[in-house]
Amino acid sequence: MREREGWQRDRGETRAGRSALAPSGLSEERAQRTFLGLPRAVDIQHLHGAPFPEAARTAIADTQLRRNMGNATATIRAKRARVVGEVPDWPQLRAAGAAIKDFTLANLDTLLVELETQVTARGGTVHWARDAAEANRIVTDLVRATGADEVVKVKSMATQEIGLNEALEAAGIAAWETDLAELIVQLGHDTPSHILVPAIHRNRAEIREIFLREMGSVGLPAPADLTDSPPALADAARRHLRQKFLDARVAISGANFAVASTGTLAVVESEGNGRMCLTLPRTLITVMGIEKLVPTWDDLSVFLQLLPRSSTGERMNPYTSMWSGAVEGQEFHLVLLDNGRTAVLGDPSGRAALRCIRCSACLNVCPVYERTGGHAYGSIYPGPIGAVLSPQLTGVSENPTLPYASSLCGACYDACPVAIDIPTMLVHLRQQVDHPAAERAIMRAAAFAMGSPRRWAAALRASRAGRLLGRRRGRLSALPPPLSGWTSSRDLPLPPDESFRTWWTRTHGDAP
Amino acid sequence: MRVALFLTCLVDAVVPAAGKATVELLERLGHEVDFPPGQTCCGQMHINTGYAAEAVGLVRRYVETFEPYEAVVAPSGSCVGSVRHQHAQVARNAGDPDLARRAEAVGAKTYELSELLVDVLGVTDVGASYPHRVTYHPTCHSLRLLRVGDKPLRLLRSVRGIDLVELPGAEECCGFGGTFAVKNADTSTAMLADKMRQVLNTRAEVCTAGDSSCLLHIGGGLSRLRTGVRTVHLAEILASREGVS
Repeated sequence: MREREGWQRDRGETRAGRSALAPSGLSEERAQRTFLGLPRAVDIQHLHGAPFPEAARTAIADTQLRRNMGNATATIRAKRARVVGEVPDWPQLRAAGAAIKDFTLANLDTLLVELETQVTARGGTVHWARDAAEANRIVTDLVRATGADEVVKVKSMATQEIGLNEALEAAGIAAWETDLAELIVQLGHDTPSHILVPAIHRNRAEIREIFLREMGSVGLPAPADLTDSPPALADAARRHLRQKFLDARVAISGANFAVASTGTLAVVESEGNGRMCLTLPRTLITVMGIEKLVPTWDDLSVFLQLLPRSSTGERMNPYTSMWSGAVEGQEFHLVLLDNGRTAVLGDPSGRAALRCIRCSACLNVCPVYERTGGHAYGSIYPGPIGAVLSPQLTGVSENPTLPYASSLCGACYDACPVAIDIPTMLVHLRQQVDHPAAERAIMRAAAFAMGSPRRWAAALRASRAGRLLGRRRGRLSALPPPLSGWTSSRDLPLPPDESFRTWWTRTHGDAP
Repeated sequence: MRVALFLTCLVDAVVPAAGKATVELLERLGHEVDFPPGQTCCGQMHINTGYAAEAVGLVRRYVETFEPYEAVVAPSGSCVGSVRHQHAQVARNAGDPDLARRAEAVGAKTYELSELLVDVLGVTDVGASYPHRVTYHPTCHSLRLLRVGDKPLRLLRSVRGIDLVELPGAEECCGFGGTFAVKNADTSTAMLADKMRQVLNTRAEVCTAGDSSCLLHIGGGLSRLRTGVRTVHLAEILASREGVS
């Protein structure tokens, strides 16, 4: 708790400092920060939103969304189940994935330095970013130095987390998303609702409309006779993006993995658009969360088996691009992003969330996510993993409703390829929430009543007075708040004529 | 065998039929059932809602009440899941390693009803008779926390006269989730709507499960919509001798 307070104090100073400081004041700002607690994400606008129950209510009322989400998650769930089921040693692979990530996290300090050494030795430049603002500043300066006023982007969660596109736009630099689904989201002035398939909430008729309406204002327009057939939509996107690829001098990517031993970065994708970005432009800038590391290529081999089967439900993904440092004629920058990750690492009960390889298997099996879609989570990390990761990155006080955005059904834990026990972690995070006063009073009263058999028996007798409330219909169908949440859609049976305890005494004699 | 019944607070307060049925079933099978009077609640609601500190006393009460018994049975997969998978951790977090050790020992001999019957007592045919069309919902904590597998179904298949129909999408959560049902009532209701649709599609007259909590939720929705389908705890079906003269 003291760390948290320290960090909030630090945040105030940093904000005040940032506005007052000229760029030359950077080192002073950094010096101010060094001695204070573990850093959390400071610019959290992409990691939290409206309270989940309210956002979920709106989403649940959207019939088109419900239909799109139901169809899409059912399809991808079935695909995943099929290709995971055919791997005889899946449990062992899963255990290996968890163990490798745990080892990496325990040795992050030395492995990150090893990565830096290897990337530098191969002609790349490594930058360390404490938070979103620092990462955005580094990337913006790097792009400016090239003189470019536009960049092409490989699909990346890290750059969404820090709001890089918005930061670049503020600096007069246009960032073009080249992943098909990200393109749909960007053209639609929308936000992603899924980690892997960010436009999962859109159907093809909606996509056609977005292409027709928006493509022309930012590049090659969609053909006027565009239909909503998938090949036609893909062709329109291909033509639109080709121009971007050929024009771009700078590309920005994330990374699925980085191999410390050789300084190798890896991007795993389906479309090949990522590879266009990684190979064509003269300057490549990769923004990577510090937890994306693996020690060796042998370790990487485990994840290249786990990831495609868990995410797209494919045995192998179509494109795996790997690069070590800069190739001749190209400049390569690697930005290592903390943005709250070391704070997550500091919590023994929460740090397993950093094992996550962003496969989305937990989203696709989650009954809550299926009904609400991703936007309800308010963070670019939705679904079960988002419900444990977002509050940890921002601090639970900035995201107090996400730990409750789960029925604790456990489907996510079963599906997770790196065995993150999300339900247990959610319960752990719930302990850190500053509970509403009324709820706290009820829970304390319940604990008091249950604290002694005599008080509990008295409470049971009192509850039987509830029989009077619903005597006429034989059930209770309207209760005062907070129980009105129950009776809004569910009846409650009346307590029966004879309680268990009375029955036990009558039939067994030894009264409790 | 002498078995202690952990009734659970919900069965105690709202649906005692599941508790009575558990007692009648075990006694019919020739076992002695004890109802330790010191029991109240396992504390799961407090733990899962973020009040683990308030639950420490309930964990201690559970441990002290059931420690003397050879085996404990509860008509709830969820409560047994809490006893077995949460109690020791709650005690450890509260800085009481001794209680944690004792909680682990008591947790290891606490069984959900189908586990006790199949694994400990070695029966699948309990001599029940229940001439109704029934569908079974495997509750999440029985399924994914306790891994009871098909034990409840094996018990149900041996019931005389039962017309057991498979529930499509059975393994999907019904949307109860403890205080989730109230804190996220809209999402909970959306999940319930899909579960009810599946139940109604089976044309069953009874939906059964091993958890009164999930059944209260499913049954509450079925009642609100006047579907004419009722929920009955697994123990009640296994205790039933309906139609046997």
